[in-house]
Amino acid sequence: MTPGPSNEGDPNEGPPNQASPAESASRGGPQSPKIRIRDLYKSFGTKHVLSGMDLDVGAGESVVVIGGSGSGKSVTLKCVLGLLQPEEGSIQVDGEEVVGLGGESLELVRRKFGMLFQNAALFDSLTVWQNVAFGLIQGQGMARRQAREIAFDRLTAVGLEAEVGNMWPAELSGGMRKRVGLARAIATSPDIIFFDEPTTGLDPIMGDVIDELIVKCVRELGATALSITHDMASARKISDRIAMLYDGRIIWAGPTAEIDRSNNPYVDQFIHGRAEGPIASMVNA
Amino acid sequence: MPILQPIGRTVLAFLETVGRLSLFTAISTSHCMRPPFYPRLLLRQMVEIGYYSLPVVGLTAIFTGMVLALQSYTGFARFSAESAIPNVVIVSITRELGPVLAGLMVAGRVGASMAAEIGTMRVTEQIDALDTLATNPFKYLVAPRLLAGVTMLPILVLTADIIGVFGGYLVSIFKLGFNPSLYIKNTWDFMEALDVISGLVKASVFGFLITLMGCYHGYNSKGGAQGVGTATTNAVVSASVLILSSNYLITELFFAR
Repeated sequence: MTPGPSNEGDPNEGPPNQASPAESASRGGPQSPKIRIRDLYKSFGTKHVLSGMDLDVGAGESVVVIGGSGSGKSVTLKCVLGLLQPEEGSIQVDGEEVVGLGGESLELVRRKFGMLFQNAALFDSLTVWQNVAFGLIQGQGMARRQAREIAFDRLTAVGLEAEVGNMWPAELSGGMRKRVGLARAIATSPDIIFFDEPTTGLDPIMGDVIDELIVKCVRELGATALSITHDMASARKISDRIAMLYDGRIIWAGPTAEIDRSNNPYVDQFIHGRAEGPIASMVNA
Repeated sequence: MPILQPIGRTVLAFLETVGRLSLFTAISTSHCMRPPFYPRLLLRQMVEIGYYSLPVVGLTAIFTGMVLALQSYTGFARFSAESAIPNVVIVSITRELGPVLAGLMVAGRVGASMAAEIGTMRVTEQIDALDTLATNPFKYLVAPRLLAGVTMLPILVLTADIIGVFGGYLVSIFKLGFNPSLYIKNTWDFMEALDVISGLVKASVFGFLITLMGCYHGYNSKGGAQGVGTATTNAVVSASVLILSSNYLITELFFAR
């Protein structure tokens, strides 16, 4: 993971510090990861979004993938969830291969997941409590009355009043929608929770509130968390490890505390939000 | 050959659409027959398609029946064949106008609304959310709509048949001076079960096509508001074209000698 001085900042040479699978695991990655992504390729037409991505997420660990807009962060999550099929590569969840799964096998794997979507993705036609209880009723076949009780408990856990439960998603503010989305993500007590840009569109204070809730909920559930964001304050707060996705690959991965000492010009430019640097020069090229 | 490229691209795009639609139809139909079923959602869709479409279908039917009687009279009076008006009205309404006009009206009302609703769910990631909550969108969104369409359209058309014939009766009695009991007797005598049944079969097929197009275009919509708008337009246009073309095929099937 030491930077290669010869190609530092040279766009034609590609980003330095390409983290190999072994390197990723060695930098705090676990030996038997909860999620194991290897050599993942995904393209849309001629645009190559993922080009050999590797990532490990250990059980009980909170990993944040950072990267610019369009770098493939959301695509990664969708590939793991089976919403998109990669062209090549392997994704294992608890040792089970997910790529190529379909039907009931995929549904069984998905029951391990909870997900907070970028814009919460609440169902407009259902009330708030029905949204939260959806996975319990439809996914697990729980009785409505019992699911309703759990839904209200979860709403309380994310700091929402009981009367919010009977409101419609259209009546909620952005922050409230995120909280409801979080309550829905944790309602089924999943093993793994994905957070897609959890603070996007929120003011800094509300963003911090959501981050606190994410940390609290993940800790209480003992879940494994994989988040994607380009909000560095959020990334530092909710992660044990950070991985940076650039040019379709993880170019750096390590403990959160080490990101300021990454010695990677791409990571440095990104975390400090500088316009000048290797990423900008690639964009402007 | 540059001139062949656009032709090739169009053919390939057409074949791709046919393939995708065939797969969508096969998957959707199979989910209609396999549990789990969602009776609550099915009931909601039945009310949405059947009950809320009644006013528009009823209005269409009554005015069509009235115009049909009026126009028939204009034509038949030249041959002193006014007594055939009840026969023309009942055959036209039950065989063709009832199912086709009801189908087109429901395509405009329900097909558009389904495409817009499912399309919005697609672009706001609600369908992805369904997947992550281990709920199959075909089973949860598409199957109840298809089943409701197939079952409710015949009921709507049967209602439209009655209202349409009543429209013809109103004009014939109060404007053209027909004897009421004679008009009803002629209508009843001339009505054949096959006419009504063929109309109901058409209605069921139209219901399937309307809901299939609404779901297909909504499910595959892309982009934001513009994508949903395109999906809505495509749903109505494709459903209307399919209604008119399948109407001919079913008519051939029932009545071709």
